Amino acid sequence: MEIHHLVTMANQIADFFRTSSPDRAEAVAATAQHLRNFWDPRMRRQIVAHLHDHAGVSELNEIAHDAIRLLEHHGAAML
Amino acid sequence: MLSKTDRDYGTPARTSATLVTLAIDGREITVPEGTSVMRAAALADTAIPRLCATDALEPFGSCRLCLIEIEGRNGYPASCTTPVEAGMKVRTRSPMLERLRRGVMELYMSDHPADRATCAGNGNCELHAMADAVGVGEVRYGWAGRNHLDAARDTSNPYFAFDPARCIVCSRCVRACEEVQGTFALTIDGRGFDSVVSPSQRQPFLESECVSCGACVQACPTDALIEKSMLERGLPQRSVTTTCGYCGVGCSFKAEVKGDEVVRMLPNRDGMPNHGHSCVKGRFAWGYATHPDRVLTPMVREKITDAWRVVSWDEAIGYAARRLKDIQTRHGNGAIGGITSSRCTNEETYLVQKMVRAAFGNNNVDTCARVCHSPTGYGLKTTLGTSAGTQDFDSVLQADVILVIGCNPTDGHPVFASLMKRRLRQGAKLIVADPRAIDLVRTPHIEAAYHLQLLPGTNVALINALAHVVLSEGLADEDFVRERCEGPAYELWKKFILEERNSPEAAAGATGVPAEKIRAAARLYATGGNAVIYYGLGVTEHSQGSTMVLGMANLAMATGNLGRPGVGVNPLRGQNNVQGSCDMGSFPHELTGYRHISDAALRASFEHEWKVRLDAEPGLRIPNMFDAALDGSFRGIYIQGEDIAQSDPNTHHVVAALSAMECVIVHDIFFNETARYAHVFLPGSSFLEKDGTFTNSERRISRVRKVMPPLAGKADWEVTCELSTAFGYPMHYAHPSEIMDEIARLTPTFAGVNYEKLERLGSVQWPCNDKAPAGTPVMHMGSFVRGKGRFVITEYIPTDERTSPRFPLILTTGRILSQYNVGTQTRRTPNVVWHHEDLLEIHPHDAEQRGVSDGSLVRVSSRVGETTMRAHLTERVPPGVVYTTFHHQSSGINIVTTENSDWATNCPEYKVTAVQVMPAGDAGVRRAAGGPSDAAHPAAGR
Repeated sequence: MEIHHLVTMANQIADFFRTSSPDRAEAVAATAQHLRNFWDPRMRRQIVAHLHDHAGVSELNEIAHDAIRLLEHHGAAML
Repeated sequence: MLSKTDRDYGTPARTSATLVTLAIDGREITVPEGTSVMRAAALADTAIPRLCATDALEPFGSCRLCLIEIEGRNGYPASCTTPVEAGMKVRTRSPMLERLRRGVMELYMSDHPADRATCAGNGNCELHAMADAVGVGEVRYGWAGRNHLDAARDTSNPYFAFDPARCIVCSRCVRACEEVQGTFALTIDGRGFDSVVSPSQRQPFLESECVSCGACVQACPTDALIEKSMLERGLPQRSVTTTCGYCGVGCSFKAEVKGDEVVRMLPNRDGMPNHGHSCVKGRFAWGYATHPDRVLTPMVREKITDAWRVVSWDEAIGYAARRLKDIQTRHGNGAIGGITSSRCTNEETYLVQKMVRAAFGNNNVDTCARVCHSPTGYGLKTTLGTSAGTQDFDSVLQADVILVIGCNPTDGHPVFASLMKRRLRQGAKLIVADPRAIDLVRTPHIEAAYHLQLLPGTNVALINALAHVVLSEGLADEDFVRERCEGPAYELWKKFILEERNSPEAAAGATGVPAEKIRAAARLYATGGNAVIYYGLGVTEHSQGSTMVLGMANLAMATGNLGRPGVGVNPLRGQNNVQGSCDMGSFPHELTGYRHISDAALRASFEHEWKVRLDAEPGLRIPNMFDAALDGSFRGIYIQGEDIAQSDPNTHHVVAALSAMECVIVHDIFFNETARYAHVFLPGSSFLEKDGTFTNSERRISRVRKVMPPLAGKADWEVTCELSTAFGYPMHYAHPSEIMDEIARLTPTFAGVNYEKLERLGSVQWPCNDKAPAGTPVMHMGSFVRGKGRFVITEYIPTDERTSPRFPLILTTGRILSQYNVGTQTRRTPNVVWHHEDLLEIHPHDAEQRGVSDGSLVRVSSRVGETTMRAHLTERVPPGVVYTTFHHQSSGINIVTTENSDWATNCPEYKVTAVQVMPAGDAGVRRAAGGPSDAAHPAAGR
């Protein structure tokens, strides 16, 4: 899949939860849960791989970045 | 008997709690105060002759046939206009009454064609029936005097003819146009003998303001106004009650049939969504079902560059299954999937998602709701607990303030619009939030109190500003919120909304709507009584579509406008079964009844019923399928009743994805644009050719009944069963009722739904179960489905799709009354006389700057593509905004729209595309650049 498309989508989701959640941790968790609930596993795997391959240069925003890290941290349960 | 002779009580029912007892021909009857004597008599099984009266219209008292005698009163009043009174003693028959009626009837007949054999309504003509009833056979006056028998017929309308010679000037057509349709296109012009029914200013029907809803034809007591199909095909022999296959209003119709040929579609007086009304599509535009373009034989080909090969059903299904299986063997389970159709029945969509999940072994199933109302599902479920509108349609008759946001009911949902207009004429106030001045803003006898003409893409800024006024001016219903909603979430939301950046003054800059207008509208919504929101794709098809749905639910909760008749938040669904296809588990992350696939207990119940293990992971959504097709991880798809090559945004991208796939199976009634990229074509069946159910925008489940046999031999549900069986997962049902029984076993909100109940009750609205065996017209009464309502913070985040010097205008898209979606059906009907091409609406100011004149060709270009169409200069759109429809593939506007999408659901942002518009010269209408050409009939490829 086109990674820039996935990045845009992840950033949009993160923007929503950043502005609608009471704190940052909850925004990160909600973003990760949204990706878990609505994204096909291949999309989740690809964005995690993107984060690995482009550490520090990704266009992911901070909440999206941390949410994807959270997905990765939870491993099989969320990927 | 067929058609409009279904029992008619002469005048409308009254609902007064005060009852009145009177005697009619010596028989006592008790009726609500305000009831007419005519209706009371009909309820007492006493028929009073009449011509100008029908219970679909208010009494008029013009025909003078329904005269009665009332003890103690002089004269012979008309029973239709005489209200009952306690103790009244009425005589409906007497020698004098009979003489008077015969005299009146004789006058009518003296100016009416004498030969009954020429009456096209023969056997169904109220005039002749009444002549028989009052005993008039011959006319004493002869035919030499002045009459209208040579008056010219008006055959301009493609669907019905008007013959003034057969008109008795009873005004039923005029009143139907006013009271039922609300268009006021007809009048009686002239006086006395010269009186004549006049469309607009004595114009032909086609050139008048008439919207061809058919209400006048339905109301006509003679054959003066009659369907041309009746004249051409003769009287029908049988009638089948079924549900319209067009928009989400889901009108009930009686299909009148001669042999296996439909003669006409009559709106069902007992139909709950439409109460006997119709629009030009459902009433008349059904001819596509037997159009010569129908493809009736299965076809296959190895590559999309090969010629099609006509094959048997068995060969086509076997071939399709083998190719899909082969892809899975080589590329894994997730490499194939399917798309369900919102034009197909609940049972059919259920089977497609079942096949994908149970046979294909993945959750790569989606539906066209992805590109329309998927944000409704997310927003309403998050805030209220379920993914559906809150009210029944009739609820609008108890509304005091109607807020219409991003929908155009008179074009998109015309029958519901007529009901809404009736309530508005009764005095309800209207607020319209729309970039365009849609017809509702100012239409006969209706004018919006406020038109909030916001810029496309700024809905959330507007809804937040409306909420800001409610909270800052102390207009919230704090008792409702305290009792019905989650307190902490409300407090957080309140704090957010009260921030100055959400004030009308701050929002005015983004939305373009003056702050004072926003304030006034908010005050009206919050304090005007029962306030209801109706919305459409102008809400959902945005990058913040889901956020806006959340925002509307927030506003309704904050003002206590939920949980009773007359209020609510209501999506107007585009296609006939969008609600149903969503209910049936068509989304990749949800099983039936909007329950997430990751729920192990839920999966277990389906696994037990389906006898197969299910994947716990959400599958690909339609836009994801395109992306996955291009990266090679998704290679096979079964598409039922959906033309994604034409309907989905960024056509270049869609076509590239389809072209990259190894096996595209199109199951459709026509060789659509998508079929150009298919390897297997399976002929579909129209709504007239099968049994099943549709679920409309008000969650009403209605029967679809087979009117004629499937032209290609199989109903769609049978084809899906055979494909699944060939794939290795047997599916066998004897009738769609068995499929519904399975749905009911697996879905709590459908637990009480079965075909026997639908036969008995006509229709039911889900939830329908032990708690609500007759269904649920209004949801969230007492408590929300999720328990406490949840407020969600809705920050306005402007779309990434911005104007620039290169693309300085915002394009927004929509639809028009006479056409339906991508036009596959309506373009194959005479409806093209009203709309034979898509036009670009552009403000005269923008047009002048570009040297664009009305009717000239313009090139519309965006960051992803360009197309050409004709310009229509109008102030309906504001400067800076252009608008077009998407009904014609020749203009192919989705070449221009982008893949920007809603953050939560990937619903495309059709409503905001930055474009440039420039003159294109006069080289004739060019095809959209790089897009699909006219879908060739497959015969052309053989």
